[in-house]
Amino acid sequence: MIFAIALVILVIGSVLFHFLSPWYLTPLASNWSTIDDTLDITFLVTGFVFVVVNLFMAYCVYKFRYKKGARAHYEPENKKLEIWLTVITSIGVAAMLTPGLYVWADFVNPPEDASIVEAVGKQWQWSYRYPGEDGKLGSVDTRHTTTKNPFGMNPEDPNGQDDVLVLGDMHIPINQPVKMLLRSQDVLHDFAVAEFRVKMDLVPGHVTSLWFTPTVEGKYDVLCEELCGVGHYNMRSSVVVDTKADYDIWLSSQRTYAQIVSGDNAGASMEGVSASEQGRMLAISRGCVACHTTNGTPGIGPTWKGLFGKTETLVDGSNIVVDEAYFIESIVSPNAKVVEGYSPIMPPSSFTDAEMKALIAYVKDDLK
Amino acid sequence: MSNVAHDAHDYVPPVEIPEMELYHPKTWLGKYVFCQDAKVIAIQYSVVAIGIGLVALVMSLLIRVQLGWPGTFDFIDPAGYIQLVTMHGMIMVVYLLTALFLGGFGNYLIPLMVGARDMVFPFVNMLSFWIYFIAVLVLLASLFVPGGPSGAGWTLYPPQAILPGTPGSGTGIILMLVSLSLFIVGFTMGGLNYVVTVLQARTRGMTLMRMPLTVWGIFMATVLALLAFPALLVACIMMLLDATIGTSFFMPAIVSMGQQLDYEGGSPILFQHLFWFFGHPEVYIVALPAFGIVSDLLSVHARKNIFGYRMMVWALVIIAALSFVVWAHHMYVSGMNPYFGFFFATTTLIIAVPTAIKVYNWVLTLWRGNIRLNVPMLFAIGFIFTFVNGGLTGLFLGNVTIDLPLSDTMFVVAHFHMVMAVSPILVVFGAIYHWYPKITGRMLDDTLGKFHFWTTFLGTYAIYYPMHYLGFLGVPRRYYSIEGTSFIPESAADLNVAISIAAIFVGAVQLVFLYNLFVSYFRGKEAGPNPWEATTLEWQTADTPPKHGNFGEKLPLVYRWAYDFSVPGAEKDFIPQNVPPSVGAKTVDDEDYDQHS
Repeated sequence: MIFAIALVILVIGSVLFHFLSPWYLTPLASNWSTIDDTLDITFLVTGFVFVVVNLFMAYCVYKFRYKKGARAHYEPENKKLEIWLTVITSIGVAAMLTPGLYVWADFVNPPEDASIVEAVGKQWQWSYRYPGEDGKLGSVDTRHTTTKNPFGMNPEDPNGQDDVLVLGDMHIPINQPVKMLLRSQDVLHDFAVAEFRVKMDLVPGHVTSLWFTPTVEGKYDVLCEELCGVGHYNMRSSVVVDTKADYDIWLSSQRTYAQIVSGDNAGASMEGVSASEQGRMLAISRGCVACHTTNGTPGIGPTWKGLFGKTETLVDGSNIVVDEAYFIESIVSPNAKVVEGYSPIMPPSSFTDAEMKALIAYVKDDLK
Repeated sequence: MSNVAHDAHDYVPPVEIPEMELYHPKTWLGKYVFCQDAKVIAIQYSVVAIGIGLVALVMSLLIRVQLGWPGTFDFIDPAGYIQLVTMHGMIMVVYLLTALFLGGFGNYLIPLMVGARDMVFPFVNMLSFWIYFIAVLVLLASLFVPGGPSGAGWTLYPPQAILPGTPGSGTGIILMLVSLSLFIVGFTMGGLNYVVTVLQARTRGMTLMRMPLTVWGIFMATVLALLAFPALLVACIMMLLDATIGTSFFMPAIVSMGQQLDYEGGSPILFQHLFWFFGHPEVYIVALPAFGIVSDLLSVHARKNIFGYRMMVWALVIIAALSFVVWAHHMYVSGMNPYFGFFFATTTLIIAVPTAIKVYNWVLTLWRGNIRLNVPMLFAIGFIFTFVNGGLTGLFLGNVTIDLPLSDTMFVVAHFHMVMAVSPILVVFGAIYHWYPKITGRMLDDTLGKFHFWTTFLGTYAIYYPMHYLGFLGVPRRYYSIEGTSFIPESAADLNVAISIAAIFVGAVQLVFLYNLFVSYFRGKEAGPNPWEATTLEWQTADTPPKHGNFGEKLPLVYRWAYDFSVPGAEKDFIPQNVPPSVGAKTVDDEDYDQHS
C-alpha cells in the first residue's frame, strides 16, 4: 500500500516539477525552434509512457499484494498482447525519430548564403577569424603557429591578407545565417551557446562546423563544453548579436592580418580609454583571467590581486619580488620561473609594448 | 520454434561426458587466498569491487561538495576536481559494476544456477581475480604519484589526456592505461570461463531455454564484454605508445602551451570510435546482468512466472546485438561526419523497442501476481521505476537533434546515472538481499533493509531527477564552477545545494547497509535452504551455504523451466526445477503456449 502510494506521489511530483519549476530551456535566440519542437514531441511521448507504466505498476503493487492462500495467475506468455505492445512502441519511437531526422537534415546542410566565421580554440581561450572583403579565409597550418602568429596564418596566401583577426568577443549581424568553422590548435574543445541550441566539438587536425541564424539581439556566453584540461571551466567568450549597422561599424574597427603584420594600428581605436581599462579588457579577451583570478582566491595560476611587490617562492626554492621585469618574463616565457605549488602549464603569449603597458597598469593600479 | 524452446517436459538427456574431477585445495592458502572455487572467487571479487566502489563513492561526495558550495572548500582545486570526476567515473563503471556483476554475481551464480560443480577452468578463474586485484592496485597507485591520477575524464580523450594542460598527464594516465589493460586481461580469463561454463557444463535437462534469466543476462553481458573490451585494449595500447615513444595514432600536429609538438597526422576521433565501440556495449555489460537478475527477483517474489520468458531471452539477444551498432550516438557533436547521425539515431531508437518490451514484461509479471514485498522485491520495483525514467531520457539524447542542446550538459550526467548507475545498483542491492541467505546461511535484517531501500530509492531520485533540468538550462558537465555565466539563473545554485545534500544523505545511509552485511553474518536469522521458496537450482543444494562442489553427491537433474510458480493443480505455489513431473504438476509446454496464442 505504502509503495503504491509512493509510486503515485513520485509520478505526480515529477510531472508537477516539470511544469512548476523555474528551470527549463533558456529563451531561444536563434532559428532552431525546430530543435525545441522535437524536444517537445519527445517530452510528450516519453512523459505519457512514464505516467502510464508507473501508474499501472503502482496499481499492480496495490491490487495484487500478498494475500495468504492466494495464488498468482499462471500465464507464461500472451503473444497477442506482446505483439500489440511492440507495434505501439514502434509507432511511438517513429513519432520521435522522424522529426528528429528532418531537423538533423537541416543542420547538416547550411544555407548557401550563410556568412563564414571561424572560431579557433586553444587552452583556454577563444579567438575568431572573419574572411574579410574577398569573402575567403586564408589557408592556415598549425606549423605556422607562433606567439606572433597565433592563428597559424600562411603568410604567402593572398586570401589571408584581409582576414579579420579578433582576440575578443565575436560579433555577428542579426537574422543573417552564419556558418561557424571550428578549429583547435591543441586539444578537443566545444563551441556552445545555450541560447542558440547548437554545439560542436573543435578537433585538432580537422575543421568542423555548425550553423545557425541569430534572431535576438544581445550578448551571449560562449562556453567550452568538451573537457579540455584544468582551465576548461574558464574557457569562455561572448558572442554579440548586433544590428547590421552596428556590426559593420564593429567589423571596420577590427584589424586585418596584413595590418597586424605591418604593425599598422589604424583600425583599433582605443582613444579615451584609460590604460588600466585597456588592460582589463585585454586580460579578459586574451584569456588571462581563465587562470589568474582578480579577487585574491587561488586559481590555476597565482592570483593577480596584490601581485606587484609580493615576494613569491619559486619551485627551485628561491624567492623573487614581483616587479615589471618578472611580470613580463612570466608572460613571454612562463616556464622560466614558476611559482611553487603551480604547474608549468601556461602558454607563452605575445603582446605589443603598448598592450603590455596597459596590462601592467591594470594589475598595478586596479588590483593593488 | 516452440519445440526448440521447450522440450517435452519430462525429457532429460542421457549423460554424454563423465563428471569432471574437482580440484581439492590442500593448504589454507589454497582454500582461502589462491582459491579455485568459483564461490570464493566471487566473494573475493565482490569485496574488492565494493571496497574500491566505496572510494569512488567518497569521491562523488567531494564532487557534490564542490558543486553545492563552490569556493567553500579550498582543498578541492580545479585540477583536483577533474581528477575526482575522472577517477569516480572510471572506478564505478569498470572496477565496480563490471567486476561485481560478472566477477561477483557471475562466479557465484552461474555454476549453481546451471547445475555445475564449478567453473570449467578453475585455475584461470583464480588468475582472473588476482589480475583484477593487481589492476585495482595499479589504479590506486596513481593517486600517489607526482601529478596525481589522470584528470582527463573517464573517457580519457586524447590529445588532452597526455598533454600538460591536464592533471596526471604524465605518470597518472600511464598507470590508468596499464591498469585498464590488466583489467581487460583478467576479465578475459574470467569471461571465457563464464561463457564456456554456460555452454558446456549445464547439468542434464538444463536446456538453454530452461535457464534462469539471471544466467542469460550474465551470459549475454559476458559475450558482449569479450567482443567489446579488445577495442578498449587496443586504444589503451595505442595511447600508451603515443604517450611514451611518440607515435601519432591519435595525435595530429599540435601547438600545446606555445610549443610545437612532434606529433603529426593522427586522429583524435579515431580514439573516440574505439572507446565508444567498447563504451556503449559497456552500458549493456552492466545493464544485461541487472535485467536478468531483476527478472528473477520479480518472478520469485511475485510468486508468478516471468511474463513472456522467450520474448525476454530474445530481447536480451537483440539488445546485445544492436548494442554494437549504436556507439557513435555518444559522438553526435564530436566532429565526426555529421551524416553518421542519421544512421546512429535510427539504430539507437530501434534499441528502445526490445528494451521497452522488457519493461512491459516486468510490469506484466506483477499483474495478477501474489506480490510479497520482501526487501529484494522493493529494490526490484524501485529498479523498474528508476530504469523507466533513465531509459526514457535516453530517447532524448539518442535522437540526434535533441542531443545538440543537451549533450555535454548535466542532462547527460543525470541520464546516465539514472540508467546505468542507480538502476543497476538497486539491482545489486536487491540481489544481495536475495542471495545473502544462500551465501552465508543467514538472513539480512529486514528493518535495516527497508530503511536502506527507502532512503536510497527516494534519495537517488531526488539527486538525479532535478539534475536533468540543470541540463535543460545548459549547465555544462565537468565544470569546476559555473560562476560568471549570464544565462544560468541564481536559483540553479540553490538546486545544486539541494542535490548535494541529498547526495551526502544517500552516501551516508550506505553505512547502514554495510553494518547490516556485517552484523547479520553473525547474528542474522537462520535462513534455511530456500527462504524465498524459489525454484532455481541454487536454492536446492544439499548444504547452505553450498560446499565445495556445490551439489553434494549427485548433480541435480532438471525437468522444467525456472518459473513454475503458482502452477494450477500443484500442491505448493512453486515447483523447483529438479522436481520430476510425476511428483510436481505438469510444467509449461507447447500446449500452454498454444492456448494463449
